[in-house]
Amino acid sequence: MKAMRSKAGFLLQFACVVFIVALVVFAGINASNNLRASGSAAGFGFLAQVAGFDIAETFPLPWFRDGTLTWVEYRSEGSYLLALATGLANTLKVAVVGIVLSSAVGVLVALVASSKDSPLHLPAQFYIRIVRNVPLLLQLLIWYVLLLRILPEVSESLRVGSSVFLNNRGLFVPGPVIDAVGVFRFESPELVFGGRNIRGGLSLSPEYVALVTGLTLYTGSFIAELVRVALAAVPSGQREAASALGLSPLQSFRHVLLPQAVRIAVPPVVSQYLNLLKNSSLAVAIGYPELVGVGGTVINQSGQAIEVVLLWMAVYLFFSLLTSWFVNGWNARTLRIQGAA
Amino acid sequence: MSASSRPQRFHVNLSQACMSLGRRAPACLVVAALLPSAQGFAQATLAKVKKQGYVMCGVTGDLAGFSATDSKGQIQGIDADLCRAIAAASGVEARFKPLTATTRFTALQSGEIDVLTRNTTWSLSRDTKLGFDFVGVNYYDGQGFLVPKSLNVKSAKELDGASVCVQSGTTTELNLTEFFKVSKKKYKPVVFANFNDANKAYASGRCDAYTTDASGLAAVRAALKDPSAHVILPDIISKEPLSPATRHGDDAWTDVVRWTLNALITAEEKGVTQANAKSLVAGNDPEVKRLLGGEGTLGADMGLSPDWALKAILAVGNYGEIFERHLGAKTPLKLERGLNALWNKGGLLYSPPFN
Repeated sequence: MKAMRSKAGFLLQFACVVFIVALVVFAGINASNNLRASGSAAGFGFLAQVAGFDIAETFPLPWFRDGTLTWVEYRSEGSYLLALATGLANTLKVAVVGIVLSSAVGVLVALVASSKDSPLHLPAQFYIRIVRNVPLLLQLLIWYVLLLRILPEVSESLRVGSSVFLNNRGLFVPGPVIDAVGVFRFESPELVFGGRNIRGGLSLSPEYVALVTGLTLYTGSFIAELVRVALAAVPSGQREAASALGLSPLQSFRHVLLPQAVRIAVPPVVSQYLNLLKNSSLAVAIGYPELVGVGGTVINQSGQAIEVVLLWMAVYLFFSLLTSWFVNGWNARTLRIQGAA
Repeated sequence: MSASSRPQRFHVNLSQACMSLGRRAPACLVVAALLPSAQGFAQATLAKVKKQGYVMCGVTGDLAGFSATDSKGQIQGIDADLCRAIAAASGVEARFKPLTATTRFTALQSGEIDVLTRNTTWSLSRDTKLGFDFVGVNYYDGQGFLVPKSLNVKSAKELDGASVCVQSGTTTELNLTEFFKVSKKKYKPVVFANFNDANKAYASGRCDAYTTDASGLAAVRAALKDPSAHVILPDIISKEPLSPATRHGDDAWTDVVRWTLNALITAEEKGVTQANAKSLVAGNDPEVKRLLGGEGTLGADMGLSPDWALKAILAVGNYGEIFERHLGAKTPLKLERGLNALWNKGGLLYSPPFN
């Protein structure tokens, strides 16, 4: 009986695989026929062509130029590939900062929301309930419009000293930049366009700040709930046992509760990190030039929609798999330690 | 045709479902492109249009004067009226599909729409690499700049160091880069995927200038809280011949679209209007009679009824009437005819003869 069931299961799986492979082959043949019929050239050769458009936020990337690895910053003479790489770098700039900040927000809010005595208990609950249930796109638009409303115009910038400016074009501070030949130098922001705009140095644009703020608070609310639940899931006997051993509340939290809660919380929290990475593509609505935004322009100029979408998918898939591989490894190690203990 | 019509219909429904996804439509359309497409029936759009009883036109849906939804929920503008004229000439109704700058080309390639009437610039690479036919110019445009009056800027050359709001996925981005490169000036682009998002950012002072086609600037300016506080600079930095587009290789259908546009232009040249068209069918002018189907076989030669152009003119009027209704002095846009006047009135509009 058991053998028969597993045989049926095998056949079913086999049929599924055959069906999916057939579908992919069928789609591939159709795509190539359609592309040929429409006269478009398929393939990734276009990536080497000159992009020709400007990207608002660029920074130096390690890149091969004339066969040597050097620092190259994207300019409009750069290739489509470098343009997309710059978009990806902008995505990662948001994702890395967003992950760190949303973790901090999440853990802090979870601690506050867990302790019923805290005066901040209700606001924390409120935050978790509200922010989790409003669409992220709306939150991003709200943050962006709020920022532009709050920040002053360039001529009325908030200034610290003579070289730190805050205005509706962003936050500008002196810092290292790279010039066209790949040499780093120190640069201060300067007023241009008759004092009505500002350029140079290191800057944070309103688009970037709005995006990071929106993503951090949105993802932070989910992480807060996950951490709160994880803390609640540690059996209450553990806390009682810790205090019976004479551990202080802080010691019991640090050495008994937290390690067990972290083990429960990590897998779902990591999937929130992946969501954050993917949600960063909503930035196209507020003008931040991340991977999908830049790719949209590339599609329009090159007409290579399928190739660019495949690249998008490959990039997001790669980072998702990388993260889950990393976390699985961490998880296995933690379990081993727990098992040995 | 009947044997193979099923996969085609499946495909069209799927890609229609795609468009409802809005922002995610490009990815979905790529999936649609993986399925059997209308390309296989490239010669048959006219037959398909007649069979389904409507023409599906790709439009912006949010650009005043070209195709924007009015207070009654109707899409209005010169692009929308061109679509209505094509539909009337084909003896079917017009339907509209709002598309973003990014989704429009895939929508046409995949057969999702029958004709793209969406203020699209005719350029060599779009004609060849994207596999389209551009039928003729229905609006001669050029890229300009909109700035707040308070900037005291008189020319685009003075924009050195400015931040400029721009919509992505258009020829505009490339022109902007090249203009500043050639004039050796610096600028900062702020790029939005959506026309309305770019408008809002400009309105809230994120940018010093807004750039798009001059007609679009007039529409953006008219929609600002205080239009008189903003001015369109005199510099036009590019040629933007806006043209309807069809799929490459569908010559019969391309002819229908091309000659419908020419019929509207010829009608203005010959003084044929929505009001007097019927009475001119049996008039004295031989070309007008050929145009309106009172004489000759021009309609039948294209696979249309003899009165195809008459129906188009009765539906929307001649080119001049369409222009005045949506872009002219009586509209908020208040655009001059300029390059879009007839060739014998100082403009560039010139239709080949109807014979």
